[in-house]
Amino acid sequence: MAAITFTLNGKSQTVDDVSPDMPLLWVLRDKLQMTGTKFGCGMALCGACTVHINGEATRSCVTAISTVAGKKVTTIEGLSADGTHPVQQAWIEEDVPQCGYCQSGQIMSAVALLSKKAAPSDADIDDFMSGNICRCGTYQRIRKAIHRAAAMQSGKAKSA
Amino acid sequence: MTTSPVLNRRDFLKTGAAGGAALVIGLHLPGSAYAAAADQEKKPANPLNAWVRITPDNRVTLILGKSEMGQGAMTALPMILAEELYLDWKQVTVEQAPTNPAVYDHGTGGSGSVAGSWLPLRQAGAAAREMLITAAAQLWNVNRDTCQAQNGGVLHGARKQFLTYGELAETAAKLPVPDFNNVPLKNSSEFTIVGHDRKRIEGTAKATGAAKFGIDSRTPGMEFAVIARCPVFGGKAAKFDAAKAKQVPGVRDVISIDPVGPGAFTAGGVVVLADNSWAAIQGRKALEITWDEGPNAAESSESLRNHFIENAAKPGKMVRNDGDADAALGSAAKKVEAVYELPFAPHACMEPMNCTVHIRPDGAEAWVPTQAPQWAQDIIAKVSGLPPEKVNVHTTLMGGGFGRRYQADFVMEAAQVAKATGKPVMVLWTREDDMQHDFYRPASYHRLSGVVDAQGKLAAWKHFQSSTSIAAMWDKNGAEKPEASEFATAAFIPYETPNFRVEYALAHSGVPRAWWRSVEHSSSGFVVESFVDELAAAAGTDPLAFRLRLIGEARKIPDFTNPKEGKPLDTARLKAVLQLAADKADWGKPLPKGVGRGIAGYFSFESYTAAVAEASVENGAVRVHRIVYAVDCGRPVNPAGVVAQVESAAIYALSAVMKDAITIERGRVAQANFNDYDMPRMREMPKIEVHVTMSKEDPTGIGEPGLPVVAPAICNAVFAATGKHLRRLPIKSADLA
Repeated sequence: MAAITFTLNGKSQTVDDVSPDMPLLWVLRDKLQMTGTKFGCGMALCGACTVHINGEATRSCVTAISTVAGKKVTTIEGLSADGTHPVQQAWIEEDVPQCGYCQSGQIMSAVALLSKKAAPSDADIDDFMSGNICRCGTYQRIRKAIHRAAAMQSGKAKSA
Repeated sequence: MTTSPVLNRRDFLKTGAAGGAALVIGLHLPGSAYAAAADQEKKPANPLNAWVRITPDNRVTLILGKSEMGQGAMTALPMILAEELYLDWKQVTVEQAPTNPAVYDHGTGGSGSVAGSWLPLRQAGAAAREMLITAAAQLWNVNRDTCQAQNGGVLHGARKQFLTYGELAETAAKLPVPDFNNVPLKNSSEFTIVGHDRKRIEGTAKATGAAKFGIDSRTPGMEFAVIARCPVFGGKAAKFDAAKAKQVPGVRDVISIDPVGPGAFTAGGVVVLADNSWAAIQGRKALEITWDEGPNAAESSESLRNHFIENAAKPGKMVRNDGDADAALGSAAKKVEAVYELPFAPHACMEPMNCTVHIRPDGAEAWVPTQAPQWAQDIIAKVSGLPPEKVNVHTTLMGGGFGRRYQADFVMEAAQVAKATGKPVMVLWTREDDMQHDFYRPASYHRLSGVVDAQGKLAAWKHFQSSTSIAAMWDKNGAEKPEASEFATAAFIPYETPNFRVEYALAHSGVPRAWWRSVEHSSSGFVVESFVDELAAAAGTDPLAFRLRLIGEARKIPDFTNPKEGKPLDTARLKAVLQLAADKADWGKPLPKGVGRGIAGYFSFESYTAAVAEASVENGAVRVHRIVYAVDCGRPVNPAGVVAQVESAAIYALSAVMKDAITIERGRVAQANFNDYDMPRMREMPKIEVHVTMSKEDPTGIGEPGLPVVAPAICNAVFAATGKHLRRLPIKSADLA
């Protein structure tokens, strides 16, 4: 058992008394009560648990907490306080979610994609997002929402 | 649905605990639109309720008596209430109903939420509005006919006075409740909410991670549990050693629970309780268990297929026999025969099964992602020995349901563990648990024979089916009785024929089965709409023209499987969606080389769907490029929601057509996670277009009807592209060669 310190959504976070091999997913959900990040498969196959570690989209279900020490973790709760992140806004505008369970992971993946490619093509989106499963089949709307978010972000950049 | 409200003032007009007087409206309706579970059949009156709560601070809360699993009930049902109440939609908040089957018809399934709630919710909303108008008239001391509801309040036009519902709630709450059968309903030409797109009411919560699913339930002092279940269906733990598991940091205890039979169908097993989910999962890995594999250990997909083939060699049990199909087929030169096979299919909800229960001596609290909260309440009451009204079941949002969460196995397990420990506990299923201990869509085997005569008429249609049958598992009266339900619409096809024969033979299996999105229609739609295409090809006729001709004159075909309650199939509406889908998909116009078009039309859950798929074969695999739908589900309450449901059903179907099968080896499921049972991914997405008929008929189902047409439309498109008939799902590359 160990104590591990990392930055969580901009604030320093120390987790005491934790098995070093415990995945970040379960630290977030069961120790820190941050349940926005979801458990889907436990094998990095579905993307429901996607968070950012130092800005990179990462499957938290296979990321041992010991490897997170000293790093910056962003979860769905850290994107914005009130759903005003452009990707979240685009998700709401395109009415993307159905059951909604996979959407935290979808949004975290989409944000990571847009940070690498400000104006992704359909093919870019398909490539980057195919690690995230949606059983309700909202893919068509996710694609539209990513394009919309890209447009919103570029509009913001121009006006700034 | 019968409407004989049993109104009880005490139940329906209550004083809100906070914020002063509240107007609470509700109604009882006997008879449930969906009484599928065996336990539910004991309670024929599963009443439906709808509540409207208005507090003096002008907050309007509409209460949802159904479960939200992604299908949009949380938006569509309040829209109906809001319409009759003349509310500003922005004013509306929605709250999940407490579990009280005496008041609410909670069961959420059979694509029945909007269809079954349409009239009752209109009546409830209208009754509330009439009481508010009466209250305004009393306060102003004017004739109530001079007052009208408008924009969340009541207006007296001549006096230019307006009172909000909040200002009227206390007075209205003291008024008698009008007779629901006589309340004036809004003229549909005045609708401003129903029939107009509304975004999902909980959309923001789902885009911010704030939405709480069952798995997100947290209560002080709770433990997390996972269960080691016998991998073989029907097996159980013979002995186990928990010493190593108990040494895993965070593990608190290891106990065992017994399997429970009909009414829950749990596997029982060895339960590891821990501080957190991870510790429980690690503890389970350290268990040493000797399984008693029970009577099903030799079952395999191969043995089941052999069983089907043996059944097919003998006459089946007669389900329907019009004319003399065998005679017509026997003498026909151009007889067409085909065998279709479908495997078990899992629900694979993205949120694995889970349930959180705390049983105290004086009451119980539970957080359950369930389509059947009343059943969960019943089970926890039985296990705890508490009366049901002492069991407070919170229905949570669900990360998918698709029929899986109409079951109560995961509730039974959590109740057993909670009873044993006396502490709050979440029983969490891992993905592997969820994949390997589902209630699967039945595996089935179909042999179709038919012939089109020289005049182009369907001279005979014969359908033999052997399947593992849901009814055989759930019907306590015996396996053979309700076999017609295994055919659904396949027992009353829209294609006119004087010689129509349907036979069934039960196949025995230890694999649990139940309701998978669209239930029997998923196999019936595939089989009927594939075979009619084969007949069209044999007759050398365009598949659309062939269907329209065989459907024939406008008529209503009684629901053979449910003649008393089921709505008949209206052939005019079926033809209309076929034609609309074909028009929108440019039926008959040229496509790029190698791409084929296929069509299918189907009646299910009292709705009509047609789809045209465009597909090709690339590198030994099918690629679906486009699916164009036309749907007629009566009046679309939330057209945007209808479109979303059809898009969703398309992908759910695509999974079972294009991806993996659940196979059985040594009595257990061979697949475990998304590596061996994969889902369609974004890069495999066809373009999906949905055209919704703006009908004025009463609303009918839409959560499931988008599904049955997908498999045949795709397979028929592959036939158009390649000349190969695909008769087994999922599509295998060997069948394309």
